[in-house]
Amino acid sequence: MNRNTKDIIITALTAVCVLLILFVIIAILVITLIGGWKTLSWEFFTSFPTHGMTKGGIFPAIVGTALMTLVMTVAAVPLGAITAIYLAEYASEKSVLAKTIRFAVKTLAVVPSIIFGLFGLGFFIKFVGFNMDRIFYSGNLHWGQPSLLWASLTMALLTLPIVIVSVEESIRTVPRDMREASLALGATKWQTIRKVVIPGSITGILTGTILAISRGAGEVAPILFTGAAYYLADIPDRMSDQFMSLGYHIYIMSTQSTNVDETLPIQFATTLVLLLLTFSLSMVAVILRYRIRKKANR
Amino acid sequence: MKKQKKNKPGSAQKSTDDSFLLKKKLRISDWLAEYIIRGVAFLSITFVVLIFVFVFRETLPLFRYTDHVELIQDLNVESGQQSGDSDAGDLRPDSYGSEEELRPESYGGVGELKPEPYGPVTEELKPETYGPVAEELKPETYGIGVEDLTGDETDEELDVIPIPLDENRQAVSTLFSNDWQPVSNRPRYGLIPLFLGTFKVTIIAILFAAPLAILAAIYTAVFAPPRIRELIKPAVEILAGFPSVVIGFFALMVLATFFQNIFGYSSRLNAFVGGFAMALAAIPVIYTLTEDALTSVPRTYLEASLGLGASLRQTAFQVILPSATPGIFAAIILGTGRVFGETMIALMATGNAALISLNPFDSIRTLSATIGAEMAEVVFGDAHYSVLFLIGSLLFIFTFTLNALAEFYFRNKLIRRLQGK
Repeated sequence: MNRNTKDIIITALTAVCVLLILFVIIAILVITLIGGWKTLSWEFFTSFPTHGMTKGGIFPAIVGTALMTLVMTVAAVPLGAITAIYLAEYASEKSVLAKTIRFAVKTLAVVPSIIFGLFGLGFFIKFVGFNMDRIFYSGNLHWGQPSLLWASLTMALLTLPIVIVSVEESIRTVPRDMREASLALGATKWQTIRKVVIPGSITGILTGTILAISRGAGEVAPILFTGAAYYLADIPDRMSDQFMSLGYHIYIMSTQSTNVDETLPIQFATTLVLLLLTFSLSMVAVILRYRIRKKANR
Repeated sequence: MKKQKKNKPGSAQKSTDDSFLLKKKLRISDWLAEYIIRGVAFLSITFVVLIFVFVFRETLPLFRYTDHVELIQDLNVESGQQSGDSDAGDLRPDSYGSEEELRPESYGGVGELKPEPYGPVTEELKPETYGPVAEELKPETYGIGVEDLTGDETDEELDVIPIPLDENRQAVSTLFSNDWQPVSNRPRYGLIPLFLGTFKVTIIAILFAAPLAILAAIYTAVFAPPRIRELIKPAVEILAGFPSVVIGFFALMVLATFFQNIFGYSSRLNAFVGGFAMALAAIPVIYTLTEDALTSVPRTYLEASLGLGASLRQTAFQVILPSATPGIFAAIILGTGRVFGETMIALMATGNAALISLNPFDSIRTLSATIGAEMAEVVFGDAHYSVLFLIGSLLFIFTFTLNALAEFYFRNKLIRRLQGK
């Protein structure tokens, strides 16, 4: 075999690997689309599950997921953005504190999501919740149980590194000239950050938020025992209520349902809703990030 | 910045009126902002420490009680000889109280749970077990219960305390057995089948994911024209954005049947199906990090190699790939960590049977899936609960170590190598 044919074969082999990955992505999208398309309807989005969850819609799961991601965003985005500002603006590359924070963020990013669930149970519910009950509710059970708040905070911890990484990346694309111009005009460092750096990296904060929502909406393991419920007759109206979530609904319906075959259309449709949600969110994030990187390279 | 201002030659010309500009003024808002920002940034370290502490804390009863069983039994032998009923008289209220407190945790729930069959009941049980059991728990139980047992009450009362203690000791002694049977008359918490299953599925997943992701990364980094590269990278990022429950569902509904038709194995959900599905979760991780490592190889390497007459393929596999190996190892390690802790795919696609077998087509039960499946139906504070937290701690230590290894050893090696040291 001469060199040219060998080159072509091996190059083609690597290209085939790319195609295989793309094929799997498309296969997942298409199969869920085919399986779930027919069930999607206005009723499906706006009605409660009925007949022991074998019929009806997924309204409470959608509301639950939305509420959970909302609370999660409120907790994770400010924390993540401020940490990113510290890492990009205040910390010097050599300082031990900055290095430790970076390592901690990376650790948070790789810790399995089920560990966050355990942490949520051990810390938020059994430590913070129990003590809050003891102090404010004289021992009556109020916060010391799985709830929307604890699940959202657990999820916020999980999505924190995502926010930090993308905000930091975009802060670094704010040109140095602009900072120096601001400082030279007599602005203090904090004024510069507030008036120049943060507005300049708003796209990055948005990207981080979208990525965090996309991740948070899809994760199930952290909320398995910190707040997700199998079925609720009502949507949650307090932070201490449990909630239904799309991902948990899929898991329950496909593994523990009384009649898996009969509910198959609902399962596919729920999966389709979740997949389209996360898919469109990551599409937006990818496009935003692409623009940030283009700006950085300019 | 301040230093630069001072050194400016222009400042010398200015009159003394301007000198206040050069003095470093304490600005409250600036000072406050910096310290708040620093404090918030410090939180992420706190979170890691807290995760460590609180996941461990829940496993502690398992080991703390163990020592005490012997202690109590010794004391009881003595107290049985020395003292009659009179001694126990005043102490009774105390110890009886603790019996009541202990019950909801250790006894009541177990009784409720035991008669129920094991698998599909989780959710039906959840509303009942989760709620009322927790309500019965008084705040004191949890907080003080542990200390109570270790402290004052050790020197009396045989029939109250030793049973939960015994349970914990038994749990610890069965950790290295071959059966995982947490819900039975004589619960056995053997971690060996769980570890075996986890390693099996991890190896299968990495065998699928690593070659595919690395070759795809080579194509993207070296061979692909820029425009195609701009399309492939976002596509893989989108695969990374697929929720694992969706991948698990896809494996459960589609892949399992598909592979069963090809291989004709008996158990529909098994390590192979689970491993394949987890590979889909690991591919983006390995791909992205490998691609980063490959593109961080200086372009001069490529040009030098091409200039010497090597083909692009030879350059890719004999120059760029070897230079980036530490980075690729880091990628594989982080991919392994991702698979090792993956919960939803394991729960949905691996069959969840704790078998000891090396056959890739047998069902398995992974460590994380065990936590996910059983934590909801377990009774707070009993041995089963602590063992699940122990598994969590082991998972945490494992992924933490993998991350540290990838981060400090392999990344530094890559950087050093590429800087030509």
